[in-house]
Amino acid sequence: MSYWIVVGVTVVIYAILTVSLNIVVGYVGQPNLAQSAFFGIGAYFAAVFSTRYHTSFWWTIPLAFVTAGAAGLALGAISLRLREDFLAITTIGLNFVVVAVFQYAPFFGGAVGIYAIPLPSIAGHPFGNTAFLVVGLVMLASVMAVSKYLEHTWFGASLMAIRDDETAASSIGVPVASYKVMAFVLSAAFAGMAGSLYAPFLSVVTPTSFGFTESVVILAMLIFGGLGTIRGAVVGALILGSLPEAFRFISNYRLLTFGVVLLLMLRFQPEGLLGDGSVLVKLTRRSVGALRQRRRSGTPDPPGAAV
Amino acid sequence: MALLEIDDVTVRFGGLVALRDVAFEVDEGQFISIIGPNGAGKTTLFNAIAGTVRPTSGRIRFRGHEVQGSRAAHMSHVGVRRTFQVARPFPSMTVRENVHIAAAGRSVLHSARSLGLRGRVRTLGERVDGLLQTTGLTSEAGRRASELNIGGLRRLEIARALASEPTLLLLDEPAAGIGVDGLRPLADLIRDVHQRGLTVLLVEHYVGFALSLSDRVIVLDEGILIAEGTPEQVRNDERVITAYLGRAGRAAKGQQAGLAPEIPAQPHEPDEPDGPR
Repeated sequence: MSYWIVVGVTVVIYAILTVSLNIVVGYVGQPNLAQSAFFGIGAYFAAVFSTRYHTSFWWTIPLAFVTAGAAGLALGAISLRLREDFLAITTIGLNFVVVAVFQYAPFFGGAVGIYAIPLPSIAGHPFGNTAFLVVGLVMLASVMAVSKYLEHTWFGASLMAIRDDETAASSIGVPVASYKVMAFVLSAAFAGMAGSLYAPFLSVVTPTSFGFTESVVILAMLIFGGLGTIRGAVVGALILGSLPEAFRFISNYRLLTFGVVLLLMLRFQPEGLLGDGSVLVKLTRRSVGALRQRRRSGTPDPPGAAV
Repeated sequence: MALLEIDDVTVRFGGLVALRDVAFEVDEGQFISIIGPNGAGKTTLFNAIAGTVRPTSGRIRFRGHEVQGSRAAHMSHVGVRRTFQVARPFPSMTVRENVHIAAAGRSVLHSARSLGLRGRVRTLGERVDGLLQTTGLTSEAGRRASELNIGGLRRLEIARALASEPTLLLLDEPAAGIGVDGLRPLADLIRDVHQRGLTVLLVEHYVGFALSLSDRVIVLDEGILIAEGTPEQVRNDERVITAYLGRAGRAAKGQQAGLAPEIPAQPHEPDEPDGPR
């Protein structure tokens, strides 16, 4: 049981990362292969402050949020002028740069990273795994709520307009450049917040945990679940995050399995498992629609109707 | 004071001169057509006015303020809106959402109000419904923009450009690809929009269509303004006829090289890009 709670915390952290990545990749349509770098920035700042300055866990959460957001502002402002493939390559580079900084800056503890990150405590009691899970779920709920809210705002609709057609978006007055940066900052900040949970949970952070391959894994989860939708981001993290724990052989060949799954998805179901327009979502909508219609017209179910 | 002043505008792309010292003025309430053969620089002129392309030299004044080199979003906010030669809807949104987002002007998109819920602004919703009705899109309002046919896309382009109640409307080949049957309803729509007090600049390949709508015509050829005047004057201008003859080659002079009021039957491919996609 306790083992599955540990898996649960890992999955929830992945879900925070995929839902936050969805803001940039799903809504604005900008490729971003540096999400794990922002995750790392949050984790590292939380680790440094809690070990060196004995900052309380509850203060490291906003700290990680703000520092990762600030890093997103700096890196987004310089890279978001680029489009598509060039932006993708630039973000890959950014991820390597950030990892190199972790590795060589004494402030971040060098190649060995930072050890002995203290357990957070609540009312004098140190965290158990269940407490990590609860805090993680609250964080996940917050990023999901913000995403859901964004979808209904002018800002969110403008982001989708940028994704659909940048030139048309600017022709109707959308400030394309600054909106892109704002979305990038928000996405990075939430990834950093996930880092503040990750650091005390593992009690150690090392530069290699936040490498480019982790960014690929996060993006793969998002694409697998369904780009542009919150449910897809969560389900992608849930399935691809827990599979390696459930099946040992997947764990051994994790990246290989993810690669194959991603290729198959892109070939046969590019909208992802639960994206708009995916087979599953279409089927659900159709059956729900049929059910409603039947209820409205008051006719009994035809025999053998599957819903 | 003229609404729009184009003052010796030159646009160069590397070695290619797309516009050379073009100068003209547009008064408020006018309907001006810009015609000319393929590659004459018509769309480039629109791009320069709408802020998609920065003029190499020259000045563009809107309401007396110099705006050359301003961003497209800025031009949209000061009241210049455009349509695109190749329709550029937001395909993932419904027709209504396309118009709705375009209706949010500067006061919304450049302020904290952009974080407000879209459904809250009731007056905007009413304006959008009105526009959908004007452009005949009411029945398609709930469909995705990607499902519209070419005629619907053309109307959506116009509805979206009108959504923020602009002062100057730039129509870039609204008739491209819709076929002869669709021309009359489109002409009625454009005339109706103009009569509501909008200033309209129209780039059009269907010359007869353009001449029938406008009070003034500007003719471009290879980036140079070669003629300007009433539709009647332009139709009889020797240089204009030559410009069109030179391109068409075998077109009979008696037909005035496609400048006759009837609509040429030959469709054409869009030739000038609208800017980076």
